[in-house]
Amino acid sequence: MINISAKNVDFYYGDFHALKNINLDIEKNSVTAFIGPSGCGKSTFLRLLNRMNDLIDGSKLMGDIVIDGENIYGRQTEVVELRKKVGMVFQKPNPFPKSIFENVAYGLRVNGIRDSKFIEQRVEESLKGAALWDEVKDKLKKSAFELSGGQQQRLCIARTMAVSQQIILMDEPASALDPISTSKVEDLIYELKRDYTIVIVTHNMQQAARVSDKTAFFYLGELVEYDNTDKIFTAPSKEATQNYVTGRFG
Amino acid sequence: MKHAEASIKNIKKALAEMWVLVEGQVDKAGLALLENNKDYANEVISREKMVNSYELVIDRECENFFALLTPVAVDLRLILSVVKINNNLERIGDFAEGISRFIAEGRLDKITPAMKEELRLEQMFIEVSDMLSLCKHALANEDPVVAGKVFAKDNLVDEINISSLELITKYIKTDTDILPDALILTSAIRRIERIGDRCSNIAEDIVFYVEAKVLKHIHKKEE
Repeated sequence: MINISAKNVDFYYGDFHALKNINLDIEKNSVTAFIGPSGCGKSTFLRLLNRMNDLIDGSKLMGDIVIDGENIYGRQTEVVELRKKVGMVFQKPNPFPKSIFENVAYGLRVNGIRDSKFIEQRVEESLKGAALWDEVKDKLKKSAFELSGGQQQRLCIARTMAVSQQIILMDEPASALDPISTSKVEDLIYELKRDYTIVIVTHNMQQAARVSDKTAFFYLGELVEYDNTDKIFTAPSKEATQNYVTGRFG
Repeated sequence: MKHAEASIKNIKKALAEMWVLVEGQVDKAGLALLENNKDYANEVISREKMVNSYELVIDRECENFFALLTPVAVDLRLILSVVKINNNLERIGDFAEGISRFIAEGRLDKITPAMKEELRLEQMFIEVSDMLSLCKHALANEDPVVAGKVFAKDNLVDEINISSLELITKYIKTDTDILPDALILTSAIRRIERIGDRCSNIAEDIVFYVEAKVLKHIHKKEE
């Protein structure tokens, strides 16, 4: 079942043509990895999926991005509502200067939820979902900054899960983490796809191979190849993809 | 040159050296059998350890490549293929040694040149030697078409192997004294046929490496 569909997407930063005629369907409850060299457009495309590029001066989008049948750039789409569906986890963990509990509860409160029992339940569910509950259940009132980098990143994932019900976008979520924390985040991604559609941007080829079902290779703003991850990493169709994944690029 | 490219170059170089050695082993084993030449047979037996050494070196190089360079795409297919080709070449070396031992131990002394001619042993050796050579060139030139020529030759080797049973039965019926040698000859012919099978496996591995196509368990006679 198609969850996200990009149709003839072009994107410009002023005169710079950052994305060129991108067509891509992402299935529900799957993990899709975007790979490609720096500046290829993968993060730009990821950010389009929850309208994070809207505020960039001079940017222009052409084409459609459809989530669950709705064009998210349509006039009727509320960005706040969109982001309840589509959350984002960034490269560096960015917890708020609040307690662990309040970090996860924050999005719920901002969205007007006042029922403390519901908030407590949702915080616990989200922390469990992010595989962090056992590590923090006895120190929920402690500052989030007391957590390790890996725990902070999983807290950010829990914060996203508390509000976002369907899709989680991840922009190099493990690039600032040590190998053990990276492994925990990757295990979490594997678990999360039961309930979420996940799109991840990564520069780590092995990470893309380990966690994703499908991989999209971007280069110079174009989607060069999009296929099952095992195909991309064993027998890619395009020479450019092969050169990139084998490290012979350029 | 990048680390991966340098490692691949080393692995291919070692495999090419092993290949030349194994080709020599098969050719010499063929001459030993056809001429009942014990000197040639002993040469093959003494060089078998070199084939085994190459196998160990290439295995280790491939293990290191997997562990240190985590190959993907064409590199992954190459290293997977090299691991299998390496094993097949080593087994071909074993078959050549096995045939040579029969000669060195005098266990085929009663098999006459006329019988060998009727059994088409020379043709069998020429075919498997060609198959080995075709595979070497197919890998060096990344040419699946050349690799494909191996399968037809394997069918011919299989046919000679099957027809040999009837002829050997005839020899035994004619002269029961040759029974022990005839049974050993059956085993020697079987080894030549297995060399052909191993060459077919290598050809499949080359096609997998170059074209990412899996030909295993396809009935080549039906192709």
